Amino acid sequence: MTRVSTGSTGEVAAGTAGQSAAGQAAAGQGMAADAAGRVYTAHSRPLWRRVLLTREASIIGLLLAVLAVATLTVPNFDSPLTTTFLLREITPILLVALPMTLVIITEEIDLSVASVIGLSSVVVGLCVQAGWPFPSAMALAVAVGAVAGAVNGALVTFVGLPSLAVTIGTLALFRGIAVGLLGTTAISDLPEFWTGLTRQNIPGTPVPLVMILFVVLALACAVVLHFTPVGRSLYAIGLNKEAAAFSGIDVGLTKFWLFVTSGAVSGFAGVYFTLLYSNARGDNAIGMELQVIAAVLLGGVSIFGGRGALHGVIAGVLLIGVLGSALRLSGVTSDLITIVTGLLLIASVTSARALTWLHQRRARPGRR
Amino acid sequence: MQPDTPSAPPALELAGVAKSFGSVVALKSADLRVEKGSIHALIGENGAGKSTLVKIVAGLYRRDDGTLALDGEPVDFHTTAESKAAGIAVIYQEPTLFPDLSVTENIFMGRQPTRRFGRIDRRAMREEACALFDRLGVRIDPDRPTDGLSIADQQIIEIAKAISLDARVLIMDEPTAALSGVEVDRLFAVARALRDEGRALVFISHRFDEIFDLCDTVTVMRDGAYVDTLPVADTTVDGLVRMMVGRDVAELFPKLPAEIGDDVLVVDGLSQPGVFHDVSFTVRAGEIVGLAGLVGAGRSEVARAVFGVDPYASGSVRVDGEPLPPGSPRAAIGRGLALVPEDRRKQGLVLDQTVARNVTLAIRERLSRWGLVWDGLENAAARTWASRLEVKTAALDAETGTLSGGNQQKVVLGKWLASDPKVLIVDEPTRGIDVGTKAEVHRLLSRLAQQGVAVLMISSELPEVLGMADRVLVMREGRLTGELDRADATPEAVMHAATAEEALR
Repeated sequence: MTRVSTGSTGEVAAGTAGQSAAGQAAAGQGMAADAAGRVYTAHSRPLWRRVLLTREASIIGLLLAVLAVATLTVPNFDSPLTTTFLLREITPILLVALPMTLVIITEEIDLSVASVIGLSSVVVGLCVQAGWPFPSAMALAVAVGAVAGAVNGALVTFVGLPSLAVTIGTLALFRGIAVGLLGTTAISDLPEFWTGLTRQNIPGTPVPLVMILFVVLALACAVVLHFTPVGRSLYAIGLNKEAAAFSGIDVGLTKFWLFVTSGAVSGFAGVYFTLLYSNARGDNAIGMELQVIAAVLLGGVSIFGGRGALHGVIAGVLLIGVLGSALRLSGVTSDLITIVTGLLLIASVTSARALTWLHQRRARPGRR
Repeated sequence: MQPDTPSAPPALELAGVAKSFGSVVALKSADLRVEKGSIHALIGENGAGKSTLVKIVAGLYRRDDGTLALDGEPVDFHTTAESKAAGIAVIYQEPTLFPDLSVTENIFMGRQPTRRFGRIDRRAMREEACALFDRLGVRIDPDRPTDGLSIADQQIIEIAKAISLDARVLIMDEPTAALSGVEVDRLFAVARALRDEGRALVFISHRFDEIFDLCDTVTVMRDGAYVDTLPVADTTVDGLVRMMVGRDVAELFPKLPAEIGDDVLVVDGLSQPGVFHDVSFTVRAGEIVGLAGLVGAGRSEVARAVFGVDPYASGSVRVDGEPLPPGSPRAAIGRGLALVPEDRRKQGLVLDQTVARNVTLAIRERLSRWGLVWDGLENAAARTWASRLEVKTAALDAETGTLSGGNQQKVVLGKWLASDPKVLIVDEPTRGIDVGTKAEVHRLLSRLAQQGVAVLMISSELPEVLGMADRVLVMREGRLTGELDRADATPEAVMHAATAEEALR
């Protein structure tokens, strides 16, 4: 963050017109020469505005506010057990939200994630039933998830179909295969060591062990998205595919691997889901794709691609989880919780629109 | 030419019009007086305030100060609808038509003639459309969808629409930027016909030859203010340029002598059915090769295929003697190719991203350390190029879309110069940018060639090609039809190669 201070935005912007004459006079002496008095500040707004006036900051603020109010007013909300159950329950959503963020930033969507969770659950169940060692069963489930993702990715990138249509199709397809393989029965005879593992906490804390894995994955995703050339290409693809292609980015291949990642992570989430509830069923996690997408959008990712950050998404998932948990503890029925979550999402998207509009009204000419 | 006596009120008159956006003053004091039955050129550098002025007249912006009068009557527009109703029509560079609707439907959109029970009277509509085209002396099928029509035809449809609304003042904002020579001639014929009907036309262009060819009067603007209005007959290109930039522009096309080295880019027998055929050429180190031809001759398509954005069916591309794999811009960049594309807004830039991200997008991998990139690295690289090219921006994190056209073009140039190319392909590098920036771009290209870069320059502006190129290639209908040395490249020779076959028919 190198910041050279040469006055505020206003001065620089207003100076632009006046400087043109001087700038052009300098240009006359040859533009390859290192210029001519103009100093470029890295940022047009002060640090606090860049950090605090963002979607992500407002979601994190809202999360903290809800946490504070719930801790003060909701009985038992601050108990360790509440924390443990809350985190266990939202872990699949947290996991799947990571690749979903990357997918949505490239202006695509993956609606098949919950069906892949169901498929992976059935694969794990059947393998265990067939006497496979659990790690192999888990590996196969993740691989099946990756293949499912590759199917989505191939249809979207190589055939060129819209991901919305493709993944609505595979949402039904993968769920159908899952239910077809296992019927309406469930396999609940899973190895106790592994089911027990999902219920263990980090010693001395109310935080489930699986959160370590999540934090590692989340850090990896955050680094890729925000600090690597690949991350830069994802945003470029989401904002302008054509310009991305002209800049040497392989748009198709990038998207293909994102869908594969999304499938593989969903496959893993399916294994976790199965172990957590000791239940391998074809209809596990039905409808979870919408919860995931709702949380990602709440976290400030634009459905039109190119905008969003990972910390916002994690705060978004936590906000939905915390709000649901607090309301449940206060005796609010689940249908009401759903209504509240829905309203929250609409409010957040609306406020984002309003903010953008205000911002543009100030920065750009007042369009009538 | 002057049917009205000087005492008649002008069709459009602006006096002391000012407009600010926050702290940025877009117009300080704009004056414009357009007489009936005349074609009035409005010129100025990018950012001189021409577009703001047009948008105020069109009712898109409201002025802060000054007066606006039509036929001597003061008016005040709150919406574009009010401006249209008052008889003002604006034809933009890129027409905005409904692609799936027919030509006729587009002309009468929103005000279709109706019969009883509100049914649309298709026959009356079609007849009127035909009558309009007859009057304009053009042949466009009124029943075809507008999708697939050339930009020139789409502009004609916009003009037909304006006439059917009985517009008294037509403003054309750089209408010729995307047109070929023949299309420009037709547009000018239409414009003259409208002038002779007593309408007032405002013509905005960066091309002086067109201004001298078409216009009666010219108003020059600089830095948001009125400079002067004078009859075109009483002025010269040099005079106008001096007024626009407020100084003498020493040389418009400063071609510097460069030492020409070995073959760098060798294209051999490149073909893509229906697009281009058997295109072979060489660009040497230190050489600027101009690629001329009419719009639609396949020049940009060849450039895109060479760079790997588009596929080709047969032929080969070699860089420094080694074959370049087809279809991979990434490989091309790796081998030292750079392409400044034709459409900077769609292909060259991610407008919603910052200047720094745009400058570093193509070098994101080279820039990274241990596989990581961060703002500091990007800003450092972007700062270098922004200052070398003198990009006018408030800060490196300004959204690129908020910059003016010329500065956006500088960002695209900076993006590709940052990749330190061996072969630089520039496609219409000065389209829609003002004369001062244009000279800077030319000086820059010339200097790059001196440093040993092989430059392939596609341009529809003949003076630019002839002024800059060591060698001129000419394309016509997807084929190379001429190769001329600098000494032999006269406007006549190039135009002959670009159009010969048409002339033979």
